[in-house]
Amino acid sequence: MSEKKTLATVWLDGCSGCHMSLLDMDERLIELSQQFDLVCSPLVDQKIFPPHVDITLIEGAIGNEEDLEKIHLIRERTRILVSLGDCAVTGNVSALRNPFGADAVLRRVYGEPAGTLAQVPKIGLPRLLNRVRPLHDYVHVDLFVPGCPPSADSIYMVLSELLAGRMPDLSGVARFG
Amino acid sequence: MSATPAVKTFVIDGVDASARPEQTILAAAREHNIFIPTLCHLDGLSDVGACRLCLVEVKGARRLLPACTTRVEEGMEVTCNSPRIAAYRQMTLQLLFAERNHVCSVCVANRHCELQALATSLGMTHVEIPYRFPSLTVDASHERFTLDHNRCILCTRCIRVCSEIEGAHTWDLMGRGIQSRVITDLDQPWGESDTCTSCGKCVQVCPTGALFQKNRTGGQGCKDPSFLPYLRTMREEP
Repeated sequence: MSEKKTLATVWLDGCSGCHMSLLDMDERLIELSQQFDLVCSPLVDQKIFPPHVDITLIEGAIGNEEDLEKIHLIRERTRILVSLGDCAVTGNVSALRNPFGADAVLRRVYGEPAGTLAQVPKIGLPRLLNRVRPLHDYVHVDLFVPGCPPSADSIYMVLSELLAGRMPDLSGVARFG
Repeated sequence: MSATPAVKTFVIDGVDASARPEQTILAAAREHNIFIPTLCHLDGLSDVGACRLCLVEVKGARRLLPACTTRVEEGMEVTCNSPRIAAYRQMTLQLLFAERNHVCSVCVANRHCELQALATSLGMTHVEIPYRFPSLTVDASHERFTLDHNRCILCTRCIRVCSEIEGAHTWDLMGRGIQSRVITDLDQPWGESDTCTSCGKCVQVCPTGALFQKNRTGGQGCKDPSFLPYLRTMREEP
């Protein structure tokens, strides 16, 4: 019997909606989970990205310095990297702040509404990048699955095909928004 | 007997076809059920060749030609679907998405947008060209409608319907190149326009979420430009 493929899912600058859509596969997830080992994910306890992963689904865009560090490490350690959802593919809602720049957004959120304790939190938090960008602006991406979120059906199709060793064809299926 | 033949014969995607005099490649292709994507073309309005999505190959022509503004000539050989054309269509579509802020998920026209639908039907899964993320304004000064420059693709349908059908000519185009944008009157707020009749035709023909009705929110901005051919027909000389 061949070894199970390893699967990782990652949550960067996004809302977790794509992970919700992944779970929305309902009972099909049970059948599918026989074919992979989930080695790293917001859904499991593993905090360090393993050295070799067959398939990594990434939700969210690159919005801060930690995302940027992570994406290069993940790319190095992943065979097939999938941009899952509009934030990963286009920047989407995460990138709505781009025309204003990071400083203006921080001032607006932490400065303007606050009273006496107005300050931008810095300790223990990664610095925001001035512009939120899609994953493929930084690393090579093997497959793009647009959608906000991508439907459970299309994630099921993508995972089934990848686990069977095929590259899914999303033309005519993939839809932004 | 007329000197000009009533019908022109030509070849389109390897198929022998015919066209009436004055008929464009686009019109003839549609009659022969050959798909050519369009965004700025709309039945009932004049054609301007602005969006460049309908570019086709014409044998002997050194450059690609827009099907919506090129008339069929006798003996013409036209290719509408080839790997070269497909690559150009993808590039044109990607340029449109990268130029302004098209955020489908939060757009009023989500699922009712011709640009979004075309991305799906042409199999565009991502944009290779870096997004510009420009800082653009929204004009909400009109009582009933809103203009969002973030979603505008400069197809000029609003300008043409306002001028050709409504006869008001409230809309126009200002600036050049990347600075181009649609304006009302002499770049005054839409709500202060003296010429706008508030008929809403521009909103109905807008292919994206650039023009929308005020009481609509995310995904509710459906459009219905089907009134156009009727208006045209009604107004034709008997």
